[in-house]
Amino acid sequence: MKIESIFLIFLGAFFGVVGLVYWFWGYDDGGGVMLLGATLLGFLPGFYYFFWHRRFHGHKYFFWGKVHAAGDRPSDREDATLAEGAGTIDSFPGTSIWPFVLGMGAFMTVLALVFGTWLLFLGVPLIVTALTGVTAESRRGGTV
Amino acid sequence: MTDVIAPPGVQEHDELDLPPSIADHGAGDSHQPTHGGHDDHGPTGLLKWLTSTDHKVIGLSYMITAIALFYLSGIMALLMRLQLTTPHSSLLSFGQYNALFTMHGSIMLYLFAGPVAFGGLANYVVPLQIGAPDMAFPRLNALSYWLFLTGSITMLMTFFVAGGAAQFGWVAYAPLSSATSSPGAGPDLWIMALTLTGFSAIFTGVNLCGTIFYLRAPGMTMFRMPIFTWNMLVTGILILIAFPVLTSALIMLFADRHFGTHIYTAVGCHLVSGASMPSCGSPLLWQNLFWFFGHPEVYILALPFFGIVTEILPVFSRKPVFGYKGMVFATMAIAALSTGVWAHHMFTTGAVLLPFFSFLSLLIAVPTGIKFFNWIGTMWHGQLSFTVPMLFSIGFLFAFLMGGVTGIMLASPPIDFAVHDTYFVVAHFHQVLFGTAVFAGFAGVYYWYPKMFGRMLRESLGKWHFWLMFIGFWVTFMPQYVVGLLGMPRRVASYPSNLGWQSYNIVSTVGAFLIGISFAFLLVNFFVSWRKPVPAGNNPWDAHTLEWFTTSPPPHHNYTHLPPIRSERPTWDYNHPDALTVPHGRSAHTNGNGHGNGHGTSNGDGNGKGNGKVTAGV
Repeated sequence: MKIESIFLIFLGAFFGVVGLVYWFWGYDDGGGVMLLGATLLGFLPGFYYFFWHRRFHGHKYFFWGKVHAAGDRPSDREDATLAEGAGTIDSFPGTSIWPFVLGMGAFMTVLALVFGTWLLFLGVPLIVTALTGVTAESRRGGTV
Repeated sequence: MTDVIAPPGVQEHDELDLPPSIADHGAGDSHQPTHGGHDDHGPTGLLKWLTSTDHKVIGLSYMITAIALFYLSGIMALLMRLQLTTPHSSLLSFGQYNALFTMHGSIMLYLFAGPVAFGGLANYVVPLQIGAPDMAFPRLNALSYWLFLTGSITMLMTFFVAGGAAQFGWVAYAPLSSATSSPGAGPDLWIMALTLTGFSAIFTGVNLCGTIFYLRAPGMTMFRMPIFTWNMLVTGILILIAFPVLTSALIMLFADRHFGTHIYTAVGCHLVSGASMPSCGSPLLWQNLFWFFGHPEVYILALPFFGIVTEILPVFSRKPVFGYKGMVFATMAIAALSTGVWAHHMFTTGAVLLPFFSFLSLLIAVPTGIKFFNWIGTMWHGQLSFTVPMLFSIGFLFAFLMGGVTGIMLASPPIDFAVHDTYFVVAHFHQVLFGTAVFAGFAGVYYWYPKMFGRMLRESLGKWHFWLMFIGFWVTFMPQYVVGLLGMPRRVASYPSNLGWQSYNIVSTVGAFLIGISFAFLLVNFFVSWRKPVPAGNNPWDAHTLEWFTTSPPPHHNYTHLPPIRSERPTWDYNHPDALTVPHGRSAHTNGNGHGNGHGTSNGDGNGKGNGKVTAGV
C-alpha cells in the first residue's frame, strides 16, 4: 500500500503544482479545471491507500489513534511466502451473459440518439434487464 | 518456410523444473489448453465467447478485433497513398478522401493502437505477470469489450449512412464538426462510436489499476512487477485522466449538434460586468478539451509499447533489464509531464501559453532519453539473439528515435509555426505511432503468441514480415518529412504539379505498399501456425517473468502453482537455480534462488527441487 499511495500522491501533487503555475500564468479556466481534476484523481485514491497503509501499521487515522497492526499485505512484503497467499483470493464469476446484454443495450441506446427514439424501446429494457441480472446473479464459477 | 529457429537457451519442456501437477497437465502436450477445472462444464461455442469473463478470452477478442480493424484501416491508407501518387488523381473524390483520412486516423488511434495494448495485451498478460487468477472486475472487463466492439461497429456503420462517413479528421475541430459544416448521421455515429469506446477504455483503466493494486501474488511487490505491468498501471492512470475528458467533450459536441447548446460556437456573446472577456461558447474550448485528452492519449499509445520492448530486450539479451527503477521513474515522469503539454498542438492558434507548453514538452525528452539509455544498456554486452520479437523491438528503437527527435523539434514554437499542418507533422506522428503501435505492438504479438496459443509462429516468415516492413517504413515516411518542409499541406487530395512534390509522393506510396505486402506474411504465418502447429512448451524463449511459468495457453484461472517470487525475474530464478541474480531493492540478502534457500517452503523436506515450491491458493 505504501508504494501505491506514494505513487498516486506524487502524481496528484505534480498536477497540483503544474495546475497552480498554469492558473496564475495562463488564466485559462478550462486547463486549470482539468488539471484540478487530475490532482484530485491522484489525491483521492492516494490518500485512501495511505490511510490503509497507516492502519496496517497500527494507526487508526493516518497519525492518530491505535488499532491492531496487521502488518503489510503479503504482496507488499519482499519476504512473503506463497503460503501466506493460500486460501480464497476472491470470488470470480465463471461466466456471465449480462455484460453482453448491457453492451447491446448501450449500443441500441446510442443508435437511438442518431436514428430515432424508437430504438430506446430496445435499448432501455436491455439495460434494465442486464443491470437487474448482474445484480441478482449468483456468482457461478465459485471462489478462487 | 516451416523452420523454427530456437533461441539460445530454449529448453525442452521435459527439462523444465515444473511442479508435478503442471508437468502432468500441460507440458506434455502444451498446445492443448489445460483447464483448472472451473470451466469444464460451462457453455460452449458461441455462447462461451458471449458469456466469458476470462481475461484471456477477452484479451484475445480485443486483439483479434483490433488487428482486423488495423488491416482495414491500412487498406484505407493505401487508397490514400494511391490518390497522392499523381497530383490530380481522380481515384477518389475530395469528399471520399476526407472520409478516408478521418476514418484511417480514427480507427488506428481509437480502435487499434489503444485497444490492442490496454484492452488486448494488457488484459491477457498483466494478470499472468503478477500471479493473479483474473482481472479484478471480470464482468466489467467483459462489458469493456462489448462496448469496444459495438463502438467499432458504430464507427464502421458511418460508411453506409446517407452523407457517408465523417470528414472532419480524427480531431473533429469545432466549428468544422458543427451540424452546419458536417451535417448527417455519419458524424453523429462517429461521436457515438467514440462515446462507447471511451466508456470501454475508462472501465479497462479502472480494471487495470484495481488488478495491479489488489491481486498481486505474495512477494510480488510493486518494485518486483515486470516493467510491462508497471507501464500498464501508469497507462491505466492516464486513461482515467484523459478519457473522461474526451467522452464528456463528445457528449457536449453532440448537444451542440442536436440540442441547441452553444458550447463550441461563439454565439450569443455578452460581456458580464467586471469580466475582461465576453461570456459565450468557444471553438477553442473543443481544442483544449480534445488535446487534454489527445496528448495523454499519445502516451497511452506509447507507454504499453515501451513496456513490451522492455520485456523483450532483456530476454533476448539474456540479461536483467538495465536500470529497473530508472525505467519505472521515467515512465511516471513521462505520464506526469504528458498531462501538462496538451496545448503544444495549438501553438498556431495564438491563444496558448507558449513558454509553458514548450518547456514541459521539451522536458519529456529527458525521461524518454533515460529509457533509450536503459534499453541500450540492457543490450550492451548481452548475448543477443535476433529472433523476430527482438528484431521488431530493435526496429522500434530506430523508428521511435526518429519520431522522438522530430517531436523535440516540433515542441519548439518557431519550428512548429513553420511546419504546422504540413506533411512534416504527418511524418513525425506516423514515425512515433508506427514505431510504438506497429513495431513494438507486433513484437508483443510475436513474443506472446506462443503463450496464448501454445504454438510457435514461424521465424522465417516473421523475418520477411519485419524486413519488408522496416524498409517500407523508412521509404514511406522519410520523403514525407522532405515534402513537408517543401510546404505540402496535410489532408489534401490533390496538389499543384509544378512544385516538385510528386516524386516524393511516389516514393512514399511505394513504401506504403511494401508495408502492406509485409503484413500479408503475418496472415500467412498465422495460417501456417494454425494448420501445422509447432508446440511451444511453457517457456520457449527462456523468459524471465511469471507468465512463462504456467502452461501455454494458461488454464482457466492461470496458475495451479507459482514459483517463489524473490526478484523481478521469478521464472528465470526458478529455471536457473545456479545463476547469480542480483535482485533490486532491499532483497539483496537473498540470492534470488528458488531452490533450497528455504523461501516459500511449505513441504519442509529441505532437499532438492521439491523445496521452495508451494501450492498457492490459486
